[in-house]
Amino acid sequence: MAMQSTAAMTPQQERKASSKRRFSAAFEPWLYLSPALVLLLVVLVVPLIFGVSYSFRKFSAFKSEYVGLAQYKALLSDPVLGQALMNTLWWTVASLFLQFFLGLGLALLLDRPFFGKKVVQAIVFLPWAVPSFLSGLTWAWLFNPIVGPLPHWLFALGLKSEPTNILSDPATAMWGPIIANVWFGVPFFAITLLAALKSIPSELHEAAAIDGANPWQRFIKVTLPFLAPTIAITVMLRTIWIATFADLIYVMTEGGPAGSTNTVATYIYVSAFKTLDKGYASAVAVLLLALLILYAVVLIRIRRSLVRYS
Amino acid sequence: MIAGRSRKARILGSIGLYTAVAAYVIFALFPLFWTLKISVTPQSLLYSEGITMWPSSATWENYKTVLRATDFPRYFLNSVIVSVVTAVLVTIIASAAGYALSRFSFRGKTTVAVILLLTQTFPLVMVIPPIYRIMGELGLTNSLTGLIIIYTAFNIAFATFLMQSFFDGIPKDLEEAAMIDGCSRSQALRRVIIPLTLPGMGATLGFVFTAAWSELLFALMLISSDSQKTFAVGLLTFIGKFAVDWGQMMAASVLALIPACLFFGFLQRYLVTGLTAGAVKG
Repeated sequence: MAMQSTAAMTPQQERKASSKRRFSAAFEPWLYLSPALVLLLVVLVVPLIFGVSYSFRKFSAFKSEYVGLAQYKALLSDPVLGQALMNTLWWTVASLFLQFFLGLGLALLLDRPFFGKKVVQAIVFLPWAVPSFLSGLTWAWLFNPIVGPLPHWLFALGLKSEPTNILSDPATAMWGPIIANVWFGVPFFAITLLAALKSIPSELHEAAAIDGANPWQRFIKVTLPFLAPTIAITVMLRTIWIATFADLIYVMTEGGPAGSTNTVATYIYVSAFKTLDKGYASAVAVLLLALLILYAVVLIRIRRSLVRYS
Repeated sequence: MIAGRSRKARILGSIGLYTAVAAYVIFALFPLFWTLKISVTPQSLLYSEGITMWPSSATWENYKTVLRATDFPRYFLNSVIVSVVTAVLVTIIASAAGYALSRFSFRGKTTVAVILLLTQTFPLVMVIPPIYRIMGELGLTNSLTGLIIIYTAFNIAFATFLMQSFFDGIPKDLEEAAMIDGCSRSQALRRVIIPLTLPGMGATLGFVFTAAWSELLFALMLISSDSQKTFAVGLLTFIGKFAVDWGQMMAASVLALIPACLFFGFLQRYLVTGLTAGAVKG
């Protein structure tokens, strides 16, 4: 072995060395990737397969039995799930809409020069770093009439007849987690959209201004088309993320009162963890995954047809 | 006349700009300010003074009690252990994977990237029921090790893309030059690439630390013994037990906020890269 490195190699040795090199070149990247892939396989893919198989079983204290599609049949006649699906839709659409437009507004502001911009930027992005359980708790406290100012302010403005907690009223409870989610999520949209805004060549704006376009026309004709790809991808990923985000709701209301803030994600969590019904929770999870895949496919189709059209 | 109008418009415009900026700043800061305010309000003034912007006398009493008479220091330490170990493991594993994706072309590379992307968009609630059961059977409930394994897996995909983007930012010519000068690939890696990606690794550490520090649902599900609780779990059970002690609860929250804010200050520079690499991460 020591010979190899010192003197000239025989052709045989050389062939051997080069095939070794080729083998290691093909092998090397997989060596680096393997810890990541093994971990993902063991902690995400295997449990996912287990989860799907759980959805065909009924679990009781010490045993489980195969029940075929019985869990899925139960889904169809579950009124709690029906309400949770509607709540998920409302929670996702309202959070996404407000996060997006407030985030876009913030990105447009931060794209202009003004005094103290660096400090402002650090402050307005800070909610992103606040752990989600703390965001939830902080907002729950703000809505609490004992320690929080919001009920009293809403009362003073005449928006509420009494300074009570909006989280304990089924008609208004969902607004609590939605507002907390908007607070927490605006920086995400602002940061990604700001990055996209910075990539727009400034000559384009100047040219449009010379042509007599007013700021609104410039926004519609120049800025928006440039932002469109970023908007499409972030909105899609964010929808999936918000629809399955259970922390804030769990911390603020645990799905209550009277199931008025129960989303599919909190329903899965509570049935798996609190009521220990893993089979049913898995069936609900499979349904959620199917709906999200459907959503992604439809959105990608729409995007493709729009691209072809233009 | 025209000049005058445009000057007026410009003044109005900048008033509008600063008003909007102020609104965003207040919206971002107010909840945190309020938590801080209640945490320094003495119990006796909490009910008597009503809703004020600052109590007539502030106190550190709540912080002292939290640090001395509760289990929060223990929870804080558990969270630090879990977050630091997770961040270090993820950064090492993701650096290796990101390096492979950035510097090699091999069969199956696209497949690997797509799989990573899929796990990245994958809703974690899907694996809540099976993980709860599997961890129970493996005896990994009530252990920080179980949490570290789960958090490491959850953050790998995002961190790999982040590290790949940092490796992509280093020109290939640099290591090729080093290799022409007689370095082997591993020497080039050690002497040229790693020193240049150190800031990127720091950013990855920070992002993963923040994510692990914030995780609640899996920790709440898997940990029940007091000695293993993370900060998030400890805070929530504290609320269940002593729901009336507002001051202490908020003092504990402010303490939980400190590490997250420190890392945030450090991460400012990398926010754009980080959030675009991990478009789905909170």
